Amino acid sequence: MAGDLICRCRKRLAQGFTVEADFTIPLDRAPVTVLFGPSGAGKTTLLRLLAGLEKPDAGTIAFRGRTWFDSSTGVSLPPARRRAGFVFQDYALFPHLTVTQNVEFGAPRNSSAAVLRQFGLAELANRLPRQLSGGEQQRLALARAVAAAPELLLLDEPLSALDLNSRVKLRHELRRMLLAAAVPSLVVTHDRAEAMVLGDFLAVMVEGRLRQLGPVEEVFRRPADPETAVALGIENVLPAEVESRANGLIQLRAGHARLECVDRGETGAVLALFRAEDVTLSRNLAPGSARNHLPGRVTGVAREGPVARVELDCGLPLVALVTAQSVADLDLRLGQTIYASVKATAIHLLGGAGCQAC
Amino acid sequence: MDWQAIFLSLRLATLTTGLLLVAGAPLAYWLAFSPRRWKFAVEAVVALPLVLPPTVLGFYVLVAIGPHSPIGALYQKLSGGTLPFSFGGLLVGSLLYSLPFTVQPVAAAFAGVDRRLIEAGRCLGASPWKIFIRVVAPLSRGGIATGAILTFAHTVGEFGVVLMVGGNIAGSTRTVSISIYDQVEALDYAAAWHTSLLLAGFSFVVLVLAYSMGRRGGSLWPAI
Repeated sequence: MAGDLICRCRKRLAQGFTVEADFTIPLDRAPVTVLFGPSGAGKTTLLRLLAGLEKPDAGTIAFRGRTWFDSSTGVSLPPARRRAGFVFQDYALFPHLTVTQNVEFGAPRNSSAAVLRQFGLAELANRLPRQLSGGEQQRLALARAVAAAPELLLLDEPLSALDLNSRVKLRHELRRMLLAAAVPSLVVTHDRAEAMVLGDFLAVMVEGRLRQLGPVEEVFRRPADPETAVALGIENVLPAEVESRANGLIQLRAGHARLECVDRGETGAVLALFRAEDVTLSRNLAPGSARNHLPGRVTGVAREGPVARVELDCGLPLVALVTAQSVADLDLRLGQTIYASVKATAIHLLGGAGCQAC
Repeated sequence: MDWQAIFLSLRLATLTTGLLLVAGAPLAYWLAFSPRRWKFAVEAVVALPLVLPPTVLGFYVLVAIGPHSPIGALYQKLSGGTLPFSFGGLLVGSLLYSLPFTVQPVAAAFAGVDRRLIEAGRCLGASPWKIFIRVVAPLSRGGIATGAILTFAHTVGEFGVVLMVGGNIAGSTRTVSISIYDQVEALDYAAAWHTSLLLAGFSFVVLVLAYSMGRRGGSLWPAI
């Protein structure tokens, strides 16, 4: 389609790691696409390939019907001619130029007033970048890219240089600014919450490959494969077998345990996926709306600030994410017997015959 | 004191510094940013005057600009004069002799500019020339100033190359360092004292300046 970003290329990095991408992003339908994946998955490299800051070893890149790179014909447009604005992770603001001069670097002189207002920088027009707060620098980096009238914005971990508080505050603001700029954007992040707030589309990258691309909700709900599920932070990926179905529910056999989940027509061997947050723990078998109650033993407790990751052996390995307070209240110890509960609706099945997602 | 020689040295140093900044900047830029594997060979050639005896360099320059060489012949055809034992010849020798003093600090300063700033400029649609003028050069001020000061001072102080290429012609090729040599030869120790003290003081001031620049713009001899 005319508005698409098409990328089919390969780049071997010095570390012996290869980035391979084969995707089409319908930018006209998705104002903000998030490129998501763990650190070292090749997200930044892919962004640099798109910007023209690095050359693929082979392949093609085309945007809105215009070829940016084609190894077979030797076409390789320099960054200046791709009109793709790049927002660097640490902003790369020109330290010796004022806010106005930074914004006008890629734009005509005296054209910055509207952009400065749009990004709330009008009051700071004559300051140098080092006299700005982290959030202001971030806005300036985006304003500078937008002022150059790009057709595509590429943002590399735009909020990661900020402290946690401003990062959370700026997420929504960044999405508003990206929508206001009315330029399709590709945003790299490894933060799940950031991905969900910022993105319309989600592209998941694992080990140099783009594994799945789709609407954010859809990708989080139905990961295409186990690696994507793990990359998305879905900790429990269990091999299971569909045993029976009744009343819109499926009975699964997973290891020595049984699980129930919503019937979407899967049969045979499947993977049962659910998030660690969706597992609740209790000392006794507690009746409630959750359909699955698995007795098990605590095999590990790792505190991470206010939360704790609890590993269980329920005849199958499970991970639960609970508050540190709950660990204290339940007096969780290694080897202790405990019940893990999971709602049937929290379990997503992958694979098996009849599964549309795979 | 031989004021004629002092002014000649200052004129030579000013011209050498100015020309080297113009000619050395592209070379420094290439050394700082070229991905070529063999650029270390060019770096070695640029650094050669640092280790070569000035008489050797002077001898080669003398031969290269002589009337029997292509360069000398061309110069004679164009200007009617000859390069050896003239101010023009002296300038050629000085340019080569001081080349590393300009190129090394400037290249180091260029290489020290954050690559992402250059990439940011490219993504903003700027030409390489605009990026050089607006980003690389301003952020390399310290290194450029250091290079200029060192080149100037080094040219004022040169002796061997001047003697080989320029000879010792008053008002044309007799520089201040040669004038000291003359004064000692003539056993005029008082004049030699004065001129030497002037040069020593000048050199000290120059180094103080250069090191103070270095504090702000990177060290004096950073690796390229």
